[in-house]
Amino acid sequence: MTERVNQYVLESRDFQQLLDALIKRGYQVLGPAVRDGAIVYDVVESLSDLPIGWTDEQETGRYRLRRRNDEALFGYVVGPQSWKKYLHPAEVRLLTAERSGRTFRILNNEPAPPRRAFLGVRACELAAIAVQDRVLEGDRYRDPIYAARREGIFIVAVNCTQAAPTCFCTSMGTGPRVRGAYDLALTELVGPGKHEFVIEAGSDAGAEVLAELAPSAASEALCREAEAAVERAASQIQRRLDTTGIRDLLYTNFDHLRWDNVAQRCLACANCTMVCPTCFCTTVEDVSDVTGTHAERWRKWDSCFSQNFSYIHGGSVRSSAKSRYRQWMTHKLASWIDQFGNSGCVGCGRCITWCPVGIDITEEVRAIRESPASSKESSHGKP
Amino acid sequence: MTMATAATTDPMLPQPYSVRQVVKETADTFTLTLEPSNGAGGNRFQPGQFSMLWVFGVGELPISISGDPAERDRLVYTVRSVGQATHALVSREVGEAVGVRGPFGTGWPVEKTEGRDVLVVAGGIGLAPLRPVIYEVLHNREKYGRLVVLYGARSPRDLLYRKELAAWARQRETQVLVTVDYGGLSWRGHVGVVTTLFKYARLQPARSLAFACGPEIMMRFVARDLETHGFAQENIYLSMERNMKCGVGFCGHCQYGPHFICKDGPIFAYDRMRPLLEKYEL
Ligand SMILES: Cc1cc2nc3c(=O)[nH]c(=O)nc-3n(C[C@H](O)[C@H](O)[C@H](O)COP(=O)(O)OP(=O)(O)OC[C@H]3O[C@@H](n4cnc5c(N)ncnc54)[C@H](O)[C@@H]3O)c2cc1C
Ligand code: SF4
Ligand code: SF4
Ligand code: FES
Repeated sequence: MTERVNQYVLESRDFQQLLDALIKRGYQVLGPAVRDGAIVYDVVESLSDLPIGWTDEQETGRYRLRRRNDEALFGYVVGPQSWKKYLHPAEVRLLTAERSGRTFRILNNEPAPPRRAFLGVRACELAAIAVQDRVLEGDRYRDPIYAARREGIFIVAVNCTQAAPTCFCTSMGTGPRVRGAYDLALTELVGPGKHEFVIEAGSDAGAEVLAELAPSAASEALCREAEAAVERAASQIQRRLDTTGIRDLLYTNFDHLRWDNVAQRCLACANCTMVCPTCFCTTVEDVSDVTGTHAERWRKWDSCFSQNFSYIHGGSVRSSAKSRYRQWMTHKLASWIDQFGNSGCVGCGRCITWCPVGIDITEEVRAIRESPASSKESSHGKP
Repeated sequence: MTMATAATTDPMLPQPYSVRQVVKETADTFTLTLEPSNGAGGNRFQPGQFSMLWVFGVGELPISISGDPAERDRLVYTVRSVGQATHALVSREVGEAVGVRGPFGTGWPVEKTEGRDVLVVAGGIGLAPLRPVIYEVLHNREKYGRLVVLYGARSPRDLLYRKELAAWARQRETQVLVTVDYGGLSWRGHVGVVTTLFKYARLQPARSLAFACGPEIMMRFVARDLETHGFAQENIYLSMERNMKCGVGFCGHCQYGPHFICKDGPIFAYDRMRPLLEKYEL
């Protein structure tokens, strides 16, 4: 039987060894876990912490867990959380300061976050991390909080072998096969009488962990089976977002009637921005104690859907729901390209699943594409 | 721009500065002079750049630097009290500390005006970020052509830097014109919006650069009228304003179409702004 040099096989009963190898190296392992009817990310110490035998059913505006008829560890797609939970947290303290007399001192920052390993990073999520890297540490200024959390993360990626109806990574060129910077990549193969993983290293750190597991090389047939499983996921994907000329399409359709149409449905609840793995916007809140000697500044996720987001003295720049939905979608798909050289959408489908009224970004793009505004009609707003 | 060094330190941590002087300009506007609390000197900035000023326990705001770029030992800001944080800022007493981050953003392209005429058009508090340009030109008079300052305020009582305006008007090759929306009985000067001053400005549009700052609606009219007076779009610069929570491209609040006002601006050439200014609620 022929073998491939860099692909190995890990039996599911040996999976704990992978966790142990990471924990032994001082990593806090974060991975999928079932909490309150959803698969979220949390600390994982043993195999039993993983969502064994669970899958998620997703549709426009709908998510629910269901039991699988096997013991798959990664038999779900993506949940409401993404890795930005750890890399760019919902709330983080920027500084603590103490008043002394008429001046103040800035006290030292947070302790360094623990060394972390992310287990179960999907292709679209790996792409989303790269998108946030570009925004928060790859531009003119580097966010030291993000950088400290990001540095040295050990990534165990997982190739998708099934897709949700909300997925459209194939349109955005991000999945379902993982690409880019991972340490280890897994493909789970589960069927009657067998449960194993094809595993490969993507970095020296990954190779080191892999060597410790002493796995046997994967057979050519098994590698083919793994590839076919990922291809099956790709072919399951029904949703499409046509990105051809998308930047100019949205720029020139600034006054398209579809924005009014979507504004009728949109609740401006900001769910889509909270679940989105690339949305990075934040606000800062000041707190001080009653004596006024101790002050803190907290950075918190914010959303362009909130009325205050664009407030300047006298009123909000984007006061209509229409303008805020337009900002969200145009930023994701168009201005992000000007700002950072790539799309701000990785096609994970979370915003579609978690929209309480079922607004679908791919459908909104299609509606605009199918009846573009005449150039005359566009861009003559009221002053 | 000379901003590259900022990336090595934490751009979100303010440095304590202490208030050296507070000057009341008008009923609601004050000029604060700050100096580093730790005695560290060297505050290089480019005319047009801004800082994020933090009032302990209250909040942080983008405020343009309004002082003289040649005075490296201090930072000067002119602040109009319009709400909670600006009120707290102008209420600081001498000796009290204010947190400073920055300077951030792009400056007015003063270097491009060497050998050319400079037209400064300001509305209200918009004169503050333009004052460093005026200092720069007047200190290096031989490098620049004519300097024309057109300034509009609501009323005579709202005029900033009143003594300085008079002093600038006496400099050679310098013209200062002031207008107000409501003059009152004792006002002998111009009445009307700032664009009504264009016909009195003595300069050659073909060899001039125009820098404008004020309310967005005013800048739109200014830019449009300057175009009809023969200014090329790329020779008109505007200072844009949006909500800002970070000043360094992290918070997303200041987005204006493809631009981040904080790091790509706040100063932009009009040819790049024009298509965006037409878009309502962009
Ligand atoms: C680049 C730049 C330079 C500026 N330079 C000056 C200056 O030199 N002098 C001056 O007096 N003012 C300047 N401003 C405006 C100043 O930042 C606002 O007046 C101030 O933020 C109002 O805060 P407030 O809490 O007092 O008012 P409120 O109306 O109570 O505002 C509440 C909050 O909204 C936000 N906000 C409100 N208005 C603005 C605004 N215009 N711009 C940005 N955020 C706003 C702030 O976060 C503020 O804390 C500048 C703004 C920008 C963007
Ligand atoms: S916009 Fe929607 S589909 Fe795209 S990355 Fe964000 S949540 Fe995922
Ligand atoms: S879509 Fe909105 S919340 Fe998300 S990154 Fe863009 S401006 Fe920020
Ligand atoms: S002010 Fe935060 S991104 Fe510009």
